Amino acid sequence: MDVAYLIATVVKIVIILLVFSALAGFGTYFERKVLAFMQRRLGPMYVGPYGLLQIAADGIKLFTKEDIIPANVVKPIFKIAPVITAATAFMAAAAIPFMPSFTIGGYEVKPIVSDINVGLLYIFGVMGVGLYGPLLGGMASANKWSIISAARSAAVFISYEVVTGLSILAPVMMVGSLSLIDFNNWQIENGWIVMYQPLAFILFWIAAFAETGRTPFHLVANDHEIIDGFGTEYSGMRWGLFFIGEYANMFFISFVIPLIFLGGFGEGTFVDGLLFFGKMAFFFFFFLWTRAAWPDVRPDQLMWLCWKVLMPLAVINVVITGIVMM
Amino acid sequence: MEHIITANPYFGVFVLFVLTFGAFTATTIIARLASRALAAKDTEKIKLSVYECGPEVTKQPNRLSPQFYLFALLFLLFDVEIVFMFPWAVDFKVLGWFGFTEMILFIILLAIGFVYAWKKGALEWHNIK
Repeated sequence: MDVAYLIATVVKIVIILLVFSALAGFGTYFERKVLAFMQRRLGPMYVGPYGLLQIAADGIKLFTKEDIIPANVVKPIFKIAPVITAATAFMAAAAIPFMPSFTIGGYEVKPIVSDINVGLLYIFGVMGVGLYGPLLGGMASANKWSIISAARSAAVFISYEVVTGLSILAPVMMVGSLSLIDFNNWQIENGWIVMYQPLAFILFWIAAFAETGRTPFHLVANDHEIIDGFGTEYSGMRWGLFFIGEYANMFFISFVIPLIFLGGFGEGTFVDGLLFFGKMAFFFFFFLWTRAAWPDVRPDQLMWLCWKVLMPLAVINVVITGIVMM
Repeated sequence: MEHIITANPYFGVFVLFVLTFGAFTATTIIARLASRALAAKDTEKIKLSVYECGPEVTKQPNRLSPQFYLFALLFLLFDVEIVFMFPWAVDFKVLGWFGFTEMILFIILLAIGFVYAWKKGALEWHNIK
């Protein structure tokens, strides 16, 4: 292991941490603006030009809030839960190639932190560990709303993990690898996977909403039923870390969907790279669009949809893919 | 884009693990220090009580619907299935008809269990026969 590799790894990680923490902040701004425009409002306007400094104002507010730890909570678990959420969300970034490789001063930079051969499995595994944030936070809070939210989040995450895993099997059978770089290279020669696997694409997309806890499946922290769910007892930056984790997850899923199904960055020219960011931006925008356009589902409807519709469809898709490929 | 050739591909994951946990723990510590110095403090005792659960702070029993345990069991059944299916899917072309038939038999066995759970009403909410 040479020194250049060591330095490159640390620099990449620091850049990912800084960029995606900032993007998570901007994500809240985008969300408020998009929701406001869809409801014929203006959104944040007063702090800075077009309300752009609203993020800084929110950050100052979160840091100077009184740090309340309520009576009866289990303190060590209560304190570590938000850190788990944010950290596991960022750890998923390790196996994602964010853009085509490029050269700076004769040194070729590959924008992927660690090139694991089971990248997809790693990403889903780390996102599965992310469940422990809401679960532990909710159970340690000693609050009725939090415990309901913890149970719901566990049910939603583990149920839709089955759909995610099964829907991704058919593309994995076609490509014969679990590395996202191999997915990208396979699609250069054979065309986008979404043309062969439209059903898997839609199933994975639906499951992505559940995995990130976004609106049609936002019953993890449904305001009108269970206050703020697992975040009810949290204040200040501890609550903010839950938020950073949620938005970072949305961004990483928005990178993963185009990489698996929509050709990724292709051969890696400048135009391809721009197109890749365009695709990613569309998927992020779709999260916000859905929030403005759709109501939430009930927990029983969510489970019905997962176990009786999506899961059998995913299994049938795998079997049909196998028969066609034979 | 070519693969990166290194001694251990998980080195980056380890560094990321250490740095993210370090950075976010540091964030909570900084936030705690900043709020101690800057936040408006209020010595009201009842503020520390549980939100909207009555004014007295009492230890509450964390009761859950048994429905959630059923979903946990179903998850165990199907996620173990997927763990077995991932290596099969990667080597699908190598294994050929033999592997495919084996996997179909495996799926049929699991489907029987799934149909049983469905008939028993485990997939409906609060309707356990």
